[in-house]
Amino acid sequence: MPMNGYYGFYHDNLTRRGRLMIQQALNALQLGSIYALIALGYSMVYGVLRLINFAHGDIFMVGSYIALYFAVKLNLGAPLTVLATMAAAAFLGVLIERIAYRPLRSAPRVSAVITALGVGIFLETFTLAVVGPQPQAFPELLPKIIYKFDGIRTSSTQLTIILLSFVLMVALDQFVQRTRTGMAMRALSWDLHLVSLMGVDIDRIVSITFALGTSLAAVAGIFVGLAYPVIDPYMGIMVGWKAFIAAVVGGIGSVRGAMAGGYILGAIEILAVANLPSTYRDMIAFAILLFILLVKPSGFFGSPVSKKV
Amino acid sequence: MNLLLRGKLTAFLVVIGLAACIGLDQLVAFKSYYLDNLSGTFSPQALEILSKVIDPYYLQILIYVGINIILASSLNVVNGYMGEFSVGHAAFMAVGAYAGSLVTVGLFKGVGGTFAFPIALLAGGIAAGFFGLLVAIPSFKTRGDYLAIVTLALNMIVKSVIENIPGLGGPQGYSGMARSTNLAWTFFCVVATIWCIRNLIYSRYGRSIIAVREDEIAAELVGVNTRNAKILAFVISSFFAGIAGVLFAHLIQFINPRTFSVLKSTDVLVMLYLGGAGTMGGPVLGAIVYTIALELLRFLGIWRFVVTPLLLILLMILRPTGIVGGHEIGPLIPTREKEPCFPTND
Repeated sequence: MPMNGYYGFYHDNLTRRGRLMIQQALNALQLGSIYALIALGYSMVYGVLRLINFAHGDIFMVGSYIALYFAVKLNLGAPLTVLATMAAAAFLGVLIERIAYRPLRSAPRVSAVITALGVGIFLETFTLAVVGPQPQAFPELLPKIIYKFDGIRTSSTQLTIILLSFVLMVALDQFVQRTRTGMAMRALSWDLHLVSLMGVDIDRIVSITFALGTSLAAVAGIFVGLAYPVIDPYMGIMVGWKAFIAAVVGGIGSVRGAMAGGYILGAIEILAVANLPSTYRDMIAFAILLFILLVKPSGFFGSPVSKKV
Repeated sequence: MNLLLRGKLTAFLVVIGLAACIGLDQLVAFKSYYLDNLSGTFSPQALEILSKVIDPYYLQILIYVGINIILASSLNVVNGYMGEFSVGHAAFMAVGAYAGSLVTVGLFKGVGGTFAFPIALLAGGIAAGFFGLLVAIPSFKTRGDYLAIVTLALNMIVKSVIENIPGLGGPQGYSGMARSTNLAWTFFCVVATIWCIRNLIYSRYGRSIIAVREDEIAAELVGVNTRNAKILAFVISSFFAGIAGVLFAHLIQFINPRTFSVLKSTDVLVMLYLGGAGTMGGPVLGAIVYTIALELLRFLGIWRFVVTPLLLILLMILRPTGIVGGHEIGPLIPTREKEPCFPTND
């Protein structure tokens, strides 16, 4: 410790600011990983089908309720709850694609977008009718241990969310980059019709894309339940839109862009909440969206789209 | 000759309709006056008959139908005729509702509603139209999906901004409006909206708006000022949304930022595509069917809200052109026009 009083004050101030920054960074990472997980689903579906899946935020919400059911009613353990929820959400995603989106694949784009909006509202109102409008408490799947490290406060839940999201995203990225299915997905985003001539089963690839996207959204649903332990049928709207902004910021259609966008948006939101009244939070997120769309619509990682004659 | 006769017939029908609406309004007003003040002078049987004459509830549904017709028809200018996908119509409705309420409550506090209300209607429309102009100029750098996102973000931002302005009541909402909206005013606004939009669409400006939908580059090549056409469509659309907002605010006498959320915009979208976008008759029919169906399904309780999205999904899969299916309802086409006008599948 320095003996000089002034120097000591300065030193102390610096570490306090440093601690605050690390604390905020942890919070931003937690929020950002949730956004990134959901944004991946938007981005992958858009890459393959050129469809903004407006129902994706609500799939995230349904995933949260499915996890609640598995954890409380069936009393599965934490790992089994996560796996079962991912499987159930993947099934739901494939089902939605099969029933609602596949018949419209050759229809005008606007029909598919309206259908996606309809599916989203259906999931909201259906959940509302089944579970009721009141928010429900989400159980603690893991024993929650609070760590205090030199004034920085974190918990086992927070660290699990950050690490597990990172592992899942790296796994997905490797899947898309390394496997044959991943290659087919990337090819599909170049040209749907050409790829089918190469002997790729488009329906299968689209189903896999939906399954991957929705299961990741369901994991995000569990994480939101763990981190902010209350869930309600309308939570998918706002979180879904934020995740969508993350996907646009990163460049919609790009997997790595969606991840980066999620973390960027998480950081900006945490900064906004720390420095401004909390009611400005949504406004700032959407102002960013408008700014990005008007200045660089292809996002940070997306490929620019040129208008063809 | 035919043209002249049809014009006279339409004017006649409009006048009859307006008279009927005024009559209904007066009847309900008289009834509630009698029930409130003179109920002692009636026998119980007479009271019972009187309370059954015309239920204000039905009148309110009719007014809702009218407001929804204005909303759906105005959205139709952008989504149907211009072929863009705007998802933030409730934002313009909110601007109109707040502007109109500010005029009646803030500006003309002591003056009666009958005097201030038309000014409020106009002010709400102009405020929303001006706001639409401000939004349209930068937004039309983007098209397609991105424009949809811009309008949606706009809706959320407008809601958020109103929540953060204490002068507008913030999240608690704004109240104090008189119940100036009645059936006659609603009828008048509906007719004015349909008349204006029809005349716009079948004019030179309307044709350039439709040309933008069909092929923007081709339109530009034949000399259409596509930027102006798009901005015009957007401003007209938001103007009428603002008028619908004023009517809405003076019907329920209380407005709240949450009322004008994306869900409201989605409602309007459902009405428009249920009826069929790109025709004059489609949004009118869609608004009537949707509003009345929601009321009829009241017995389903909370499940009635599940029915509408299902209906929308089924409609998009089975009949994507909506109820009217791209065909214009006869009397809404000017006699000179023979060609139907609906979006092509591209």
